[in-house]
Amino acid sequence: MSALAAYNIQIILFLPLLTAALLAALKSYRVSAAINVGSAFVTFLAACSLLVFRPHSGRYLLIDDLNIVFVVLNTFVAFTTSAFSASYISHELETRRLTGAHLRFYHAMYQLLLGAMNLALTANNIGIMWVAIEVATLTTVLMVGIYRTPQALEAAWKYFILGSVGIALALFGTILIYMAARPVVGEGLNGMVWTELIQHVAAFDPALLNLAFVFLLLGYGTKVGLAPLHAWLPDAHAEGPTPISAVLSGLLLNVALYAVLRFKLLMAANAGAIAPGPLMVALGLLSLVFAGFMLYRRGDIKRLFAYSSIEHMGIIVFAFGMGGAIANFAGLLHMTMHSLTKSAIFFAVGHITQVKGTQQIADIRGLTTTHPFLGWALVVGVIAIAGLPPAGVFMSEFLIVSSTISRAPILAVILVIGLLVAFGALLLRLHGLAFGEPKGETGPVHASYLPLAAHLSLVLVAGVYLPPPLVAWFQHIATSLH
Amino acid sequence: MDRLAFDIAHFLAGGLVLISFVLLYQDRLFALLNAYALQALTLAFAVAWQAHIQEAPHLYITAGITLVFKALIIPVALHRMVARLGVHREVETVVSLVPTMLGGIGLVALSMVVMLRVTHGADPLTREDLAFALSVVLLGMLMMVTRTNAVSQVVGFMSLENGLILAAAAAKGMPLVVEISVAFSVLIALIVIGIFLFRIRERFDSVDLQALDDFRGETR
Repeated sequence: MSALAAYNIQIILFLPLLTAALLAALKSYRVSAAINVGSAFVTFLAACSLLVFRPHSGRYLLIDDLNIVFVVLNTFVAFTTSAFSASYISHELETRRLTGAHLRFYHAMYQLLLGAMNLALTANNIGIMWVAIEVATLTTVLMVGIYRTPQALEAAWKYFILGSVGIALALFGTILIYMAARPVVGEGLNGMVWTELIQHVAAFDPALLNLAFVFLLLGYGTKVGLAPLHAWLPDAHAEGPTPISAVLSGLLLNVALYAVLRFKLLMAANAGAIAPGPLMVALGLLSLVFAGFMLYRRGDIKRLFAYSSIEHMGIIVFAFGMGGAIANFAGLLHMTMHSLTKSAIFFAVGHITQVKGTQQIADIRGLTTTHPFLGWALVVGVIAIAGLPPAGVFMSEFLIVSSTISRAPILAVILVIGLLVAFGALLLRLHGLAFGEPKGETGPVHASYLPLAAHLSLVLVAGVYLPPPLVAWFQHIATSLH
Repeated sequence: MDRLAFDIAHFLAGGLVLISFVLLYQDRLFALLNAYALQALTLAFAVAWQAHIQEAPHLYITAGITLVFKALIIPVALHRMVARLGVHREVETVVSLVPTMLGGIGLVALSMVVMLRVTHGADPLTREDLAFALSVVLLGMLMMVTRTNAVSQVVGFMSLENGLILAAAAAKGMPLVVEISVAFSVLIALIVIGIFLFRIRERFDSVDLQALDDFRGETR
């Protein structure tokens, strides 16, 4: 245990890579799945130990209050998703949608993705962060295309092209940041070290910073899934394996968001630069309202929840764009709750689509009568994500709306309209899915409900009671974010 | 000497933009690949020249990588792939030639206006190079949206990356980490693309993305 704490950062960064290499070589999928879960669990423990034993930040690595939240949340959801994935893939093998060779590749990519995301979150160098996000993107592209159906290939191709353009724009922005930093912090490595940048950013050329931020926001915003750059997201969610949908929604979107937040901090610390808030508010609201309306026309259950992810990323970006202690706090809370709830929903959806053999909403009916646990879990999950009390999402949405009303009533009206539109769409679809005359296959589910139950109970508990240390911690970060 | 150094760098960077336009109006795949190889070659010279005038030997590595991977291996590999797949040798476009070229000119003007305005603090060479780099990036993007054929979209993306490498080389003293990683990412990207092209081939007998669009997820 003490070794785990002493080397926590090394474990977080290198264990996933070593495991990826091991899993690429292992033949038995049962052993691989077990190792995958075990390794993700150890990584999660190491991430938790960051809270107590914080390693020294250097020129390459940075551990501060902000990214610990992301790392802990990321490793937790990665761990539970690996447990879900273990039961999911055995069904895929039985139905022969995947073969043993596919699974070796799948497990190795899963760990590589985790390692890349951890690196992106803990890097103190904006160049390394960019490389890590690119690697994470490429691994998910490969996993989205793993079924090799025409739809999966199209989704992966679209994701690859849009993701690459986004990532290219982000690199151009990164180069411009270096250009802005060079006259002040000097040539060489320091011009890319985030802690150096934030110390000296007040003296940077504002015009260059503005341009850089536009590129970075568009680039990383593509990866966050903000409208109008979201086109890859629903396809990638719908056509890949469901554990990957959970990881995309719950984790990868957050990692890109983290990058946006880091650069927002830089902008805010320079008096001459444009305020990054209004840009983020505009993109956030656009995503929310757009996704809210798009939810009505979905015929595919995974696409439905993918659009719901766009909606929620919009809310989160909006909250951070508004800024201020309360909105930032709400944004962090909402991000945490969305990750937990959305991955729980995808766990449920994964089992449902396996039982029913279809993703079409019209062919899935009356789940609460045929599969009581799964049906009710979906009901709870959707109610939580739609923002009804007592779930945690309600609390964070309430905080965002109430803090907006006092500062910008007109924005609050748009925000509430967007929330209500999405709410209506989700409940409409849920009614058909969960109740009414059962339709389709009614066979039993071979699944482990543990990850699903764990996530949903965390979300429900968080809606009623948040532990004071967690609140104090989030408040501390919220004030440091401005 | 200083004046000459500037002129040569200017010439090479301007050449990249010019070849981006050449890429835009190619209507045959093989010609497109040749033009791309020419652009990569020009980029290799541009980066090597930057290494010379900045006295930054690590940039020679970037130039070497560009020369070997992007000017030789990738065009040859794509050439063979196109030949073996027997895909349409013509490049299908969504938008016809004239509007595309006019759009391209507009994008170059835009990037000149934007970059020259915001970088007045930097030295003239860096300013011009960054403006050219942004033009190449935007032209690459334009190419990606106006083509339906997978191979030409990939070429558009790689030409976009050429612009990024020019920008990274022009930013004096930029850490090596980034340059190598860009080269690496192109390599990884090619592997990914290669796999995809072959898989797409398995399913459709064509690398034309129009064929893929018929398989949109939501049919109803």
